[in-house]
Amino acid sequence: MKQLLTLRVNGITHELSIDPWRTLNEVLRDELNLTGTKLGCGSGDCGACTVLVDGRSVSSCLTLAASVDGKEIATVEGLAPSGEQLHPVQESFVENGAIQCGFCTAGMEMSAVYLLGRNNAPDEEQIRAGLSGNLCRCTGYNQIVEAVAAAAEKMKPS
Amino acid sequence: MPLPKFEYLSPKSLEEALQLLADRGEGTHLLAGGTDLLVKMAHGHLKPRAVIALKQIDALGGIRFDPGKGLFIGATALLDEVASHPDVKAHFPSVAYAAQQTANVQIRNMGTLAGNLCNAAPSADNAPVLTAMGAEAVIAGPKGERRVALDRFFKGPGQTVIEPGEILTAVHVPVIPSGFGTSYQHVSPRGKVDIAAVCVGAMVGMDGATCKEARIVLGAVAPVPMRAEKTEALVRGKALTPEILEKAGRQASEEARPISDMRAGAEYRKRMTAVLTGRALKQAAEAAAN
Repeated sequence: MKQLLTLRVNGITHELSIDPWRTLNEVLRDELNLTGTKLGCGSGDCGACTVLVDGRSVSSCLTLAASVDGKEIATVEGLAPSGEQLHPVQESFVENGAIQCGFCTAGMEMSAVYLLGRNNAPDEEQIRAGLSGNLCRCTGYNQIVEAVAAAAEKMKPS
Repeated sequence: MPLPKFEYLSPKSLEEALQLLADRGEGTHLLAGGTDLLVKMAHGHLKPRAVIALKQIDALGGIRFDPGKGLFIGATALLDEVASHPDVKAHFPSVAYAAQQTANVQIRNMGTLAGNLCNAAPSADNAPVLTAMGAEAVIAGPKGERRVALDRFFKGPGQTVIEPGEILTAVHVPVIPSGFGTSYQHVSPRGKVDIAAVCVGAMVGMDGATCKEARIVLGAVAPVPMRAEKTEALVRGKALTPEILEKAGRQASEEARPISDMRAGAEYRKRMTAVLTGRALKQAAEAAAN
């Protein structure tokens, strides 16, 4: 039996009728056409599918859509709602060469946003720990770590 | 891979959940964080007929600390909530540390401590120190509530004493007595995010330099997290000198019954059991002194 769900995604409310075995990742990508969130391993190892649910970073591939009924979902599309003005984390990723193939980027950025929300001045070790659930096969991570440190500087309350 | 089809149930109370579990019967699985259940389903190892989500049951959530009764970790309390809870960090630092060392950020934001125990992996990060501390599983069933100490909770890989129709509602951790300290030590060849190749939890009671009581639990070196009882007996009544710690490590490594798998060879696991047991005893003794 399909479940009637209300998902608030990047501030927009969606009423959906969804099979209970569909994951949040499938619903975001296939129903809402929010394909910024990727599907990598499908088993919670790679972090490419990371989104925020009520402010917590989670693997959308291991989250049943039915289990987040009524919750607030944030995806990478919500970081730059205008499509023009980038979020400071995204700006820093561009400026620091933290993006190569781009597949991990959305998940990395969501994990970075989550980390900086909890700790606005992380040191390198804390940044690496904060990104430990996100794999990147291109960059070797250094530019990503530098980008998150730069983003923390940009976002520092003045 | 798409998940298999199943009926999804989201009861609001424990009574309703127990009733649904009884009604639906075989093939019904409980869902807390889903970080193990959904992986098994995605990989085709599990095809539940029905899934009962526990998250909407308020009574199963949260973490409560009572200075007299100890710590109650609800079945749906997230690993991150355990790791960052002020009372857990202050009064049960090794419990917070083990939760903090489990998996990665996202999994700790989804997965639960109770689920880590119910999944019953021999390597479960949260099992050794909780077992060493005498923690117990609080289990609700059709006939009421029962409590099972964690050293009798695990039956084999993926198997626990939880019977069909029962639900683990909380994990109870007794107050650490004065003069006692705890430690959790683990090693994994691929850094901290990976599942432990060997893990050790210890609780010791010290009288000055002398160890008067010790409970040592080894993880990932047997089908279930196991008490190293001969090692416990070896250190009891002794000063924890470097020589005794080394002997204790050797004894623990003899008690361990590891297998070789993709994470580590049996010989490596035995050696690391010795190293980590020594470290765990030392750190627990230091914690007891503070």
